[in-house]
Amino acid sequence: MVGVARAESSLEALRARIAAVERSHRSAQGSIPFGIAGLDAHLPAGGLRVGALHEVAGGGPGAVHGAAAALFVAGVLARMEGPVLWCLRQRDLFAPALAGVGLHPERVIYAEAGDEKGVLAVLEDALRYGGLAAAVGELGGLAMTASRRLQLAAEEGGTTAFAVRRWRTPSAAADYGQPTASVSRWRVSALPGTREVVPGLMGRPRWLVEMMRCRGAEACEWELEACDEAGHLALPAELADGSLAQGPGERRAAG
Amino acid sequence: MVTGRVGARKVVVDADRAARALGVIPGLPVAQAQARVPGLLTVEHAPAEDDAALERIALWALRRYSPLVAVDGVDGLWIDASGVAHLFGGEAELLSDLASRLARAGAHARVAMADTQGAAWALARYGLARKVISARGEVTLDVDALPLAALRLDAEVVAGLGKRGLETGGDLERTPRAPLALRFGPALTRRLDQAYGRTAETFDSISAPDRVTVRRAFFEPIGAPETIARKTAELVDQLCRELEARGLGARTLDLISERVDGRREAIRIGTAAPLRDPKRLIRLFRDKLGYIDPGFGIEAMSLAAALAEPLGPTQTVTSLDTSAKRIDVTGLVDILANRLGSDKVYRLAPVDSDVPERCVQRVAPTAPLTGRTWPARWPRPSRLLSPPERVEAMAVLPDQPPAAFTWRGQRRRVRVADGPERVFGEWWRRDAETLAVRDYFSVEDEAGERFWLYRQGDGEIAATGDLNWFLHGLFA
Repeated sequence: MVGVARAESSLEALRARIAAVERSHRSAQGSIPFGIAGLDAHLPAGGLRVGALHEVAGGGPGAVHGAAAALFVAGVLARMEGPVLWCLRQRDLFAPALAGVGLHPERVIYAEAGDEKGVLAVLEDALRYGGLAAAVGELGGLAMTASRRLQLAAEEGGTTAFAVRRWRTPSAAADYGQPTASVSRWRVSALPGTREVVPGLMGRPRWLVEMMRCRGAEACEWELEACDEAGHLALPAELADGSLAQGPGERRAAG
Repeated sequence: MVTGRVGARKVVVDADRAARALGVIPGLPVAQAQARVPGLLTVEHAPAEDDAALERIALWALRRYSPLVAVDGVDGLWIDASGVAHLFGGEAELLSDLASRLARAGAHARVAMADTQGAAWALARYGLARKVISARGEVTLDVDALPLAALRLDAEVVAGLGKRGLETGGDLERTPRAPLALRFGPALTRRLDQAYGRTAETFDSISAPDRVTVRRAFFEPIGAPETIARKTAELVDQLCRELEARGLGARTLDLISERVDGRREAIRIGTAAPLRDPKRLIRLFRDKLGYIDPGFGIEAMSLAAALAEPLGPTQTVTSLDTSAKRIDVTGLVDILANRLGSDKVYRLAPVDSDVPERCVQRVAPTAPLTGRTWPARWPRPSRLLSPPERVEAMAVLPDQPPAAFTWRGQRRRVRVADGPERVFGEWWRRDAETLAVRDYFSVEDEAGERFWLYRQGDGEIAATGDLNWFLHGLFA
C-alpha cells in the first residue's frame, strides 16, 4: 500500500511539474471575447487569447492603408482595461477615430519608431514590461524569428500583442501568406454598408472579417457590422434574427 | 555700445549690430564714436558682470544640454555634445534648440557643431551662417576654407603668415611644417592639428555646485563591456543611496568615463519623473553603454544627477483600495524615450478645433489625466492623409456629394454619401482663413470602401474656396 501511495504522489508531482512547464510557456490565461456567439465559439480560447501575438491586416486597398485593420484592433483594445502602446511608423493614424470606437485617448501611449526594426524593438520592450494591457505595432514584413520573439515576449509579460500589417503596395501583401509564430491571423476588408434607412445616405459600415489562421481552429470568415462606439462588432440585423448561415468550412479563406 | 579703458584712453570695447553698421567698431576712441553717431548709448564695461552672466549661461547649458560644458575666454562656451544629441532628436535639432533659446533670452549667439573642438570654435566665429553644422568626418573641408584667424592664433602670427601669402587653413596645411614651427613656434602646428583633429583636445568642465555626484577610480584601466556595465551598476547603486539620503530623485543622469588618454566619454539619460530605483536606472543605462568607446581603457567613472527633484520616501504598504490602482508606465516611457527621443513618445489629447488636422495635440505620456476626449458627433476616419490629396470629382453645387471621384489614378463611383459637414476657417489664427470653408462628405464606393472628402468653398461664394476636391481620410 505504501508503495502505491508513493507512486501516486510522485505522479502528482510530475503532473504539477508538467503544468508548471506549460504555464511558463503560456503564462497568461484568458481571452478577450468578441461578444458574438458564433465567432467566440469558433475560437479555441473563446476569443482572442491574452498574452499572445495576433496579426491583423486589411484586404484589397486596405493592405496599404490598414484603416479597417487599425479600427478592428482599436475596437478590441476598447474592450480591454489598462494602458496600451501603439507603435507607429507613419503618422497617419487619426486618434479621434480610435476614440470613436471607445478607445479613450488617455489609455494610449504612442511611440514613433523610424523603421520596422525600431517598431519590433519597441514592441518587444513594451510586451516584456508587463504593465500594459496590449501593445500594437504597425509592421510590413514580419519574419518568423521576429514574430517568435514577439510571441515569447507577449507570453512573458502577459501582454497581448497586435501586429497591424500594412505594406507599401497591394501586391506586397502576398507576404501575408508567409508563416509566422502568431496565434491568430485576421484580415478585415470593407463591404458595402448595411441597408440604409434613408435612401442615398450611409448605413453602418460592414466588414468581411476573415480568420485566416488560428492555432486550434479552422479558418473561417464572417460578415459583420463594424465596431460601434464601445468597440463591439455585431451581426448584421438580417442575420441576427435568424440562424447564422455561415459556419466553419463553408468558405475557406485563401492563405 | 560698451566703453572701457585701455591705458588712459576711453575706447569702444564692444558695440551691438546697429552701432557696428554705423561704423562704431571695437577699438575706436569713445569721443570719435560719439562724434560719428550722435545720441550713441554708452554703457561702462563691467568684465566681472560679463563673466558672471557667461557663467550662468554655462550652468544652464550644463543642466540642459550636456554634462561637459566649459567657459571659453570672455565670450564663448564649449559644449561637448557627443552622446547627448539623441535626447533632442539629433545634432541639428540640438543646435536649433540652443540657438532659439539663447535668442529668446536676448543673446545674439553664433553656434556651430563640428567633429573637433578647434573646428567648432572656428565655425562659430568665422562660419558663414549664424548656425553651422560640420558634417561628420568632413571637418577637413570646412577648416580648409577658414581664414587663419579662425585657428586661434595670435594676431601677429596671422599677420606674419599673411605676408607669406598664407590666408586660409588649407594654405597652411599645404605648407611644410618644420620651417613654420621654427619661425612661429610650436603653438602654430598645435593649433593646426587641433583644428584638423589630429591631436586630442579636452577642456575642464565646470560643475554645478549642488549636484549629487559619485566617482570611482580604478587601479587598472577597464575596457570590457561587462566590466563597464558592472561598474555602472555599482555607481548607480551608490548614487541612489545618496539621492535617498537627500530625499531627491534623478531626472537627468550623466555618466562620464575618463579614459587614460585624457578624453572623456559622456552619456546622458533622462527620466519622465524623479527616479531613484537602481534597477530601473540601470535598465536605462544598459541601452546606452554601447556608445562608450573605452579606447585604451577607462581609469575613472563618475555618475552625476544633473537634474534632481524632490522625491519622498517610497511607500511599501499599498493602500487597501486596489480597485482605483493606476498602472505605472513611466518605466516603459523612460526606456522608450531614451531610445527614440523624448518627442517620439507621447499621448494625444483633444484640442477645441473643428479643423481635423488641428484637433489633436501631443502631450507628455505622464501628463495629468483630464478625461477629455473628442466629441462623437460625426464619424472620423482612422487614417488621415497629411497633406490632403487632390482628387478629381464632379458634384452638383452647392451641397451634393460627388457622384464619382478619381484618386491616385483610380476612378471610384460613389454609391452612398453623408454630408456636408461644414468646417469654417479659424480667422483668429490666420487672416487667410477668415472666409475659408470646407464641406466634408463621407462617401462609400461600390466596393464598400469609405472615404472622407472635402470641397474647398461653400459652393456659393467664390471667396470661401476654389471648389477643388480633396481626399482627407480613409475610413475602412
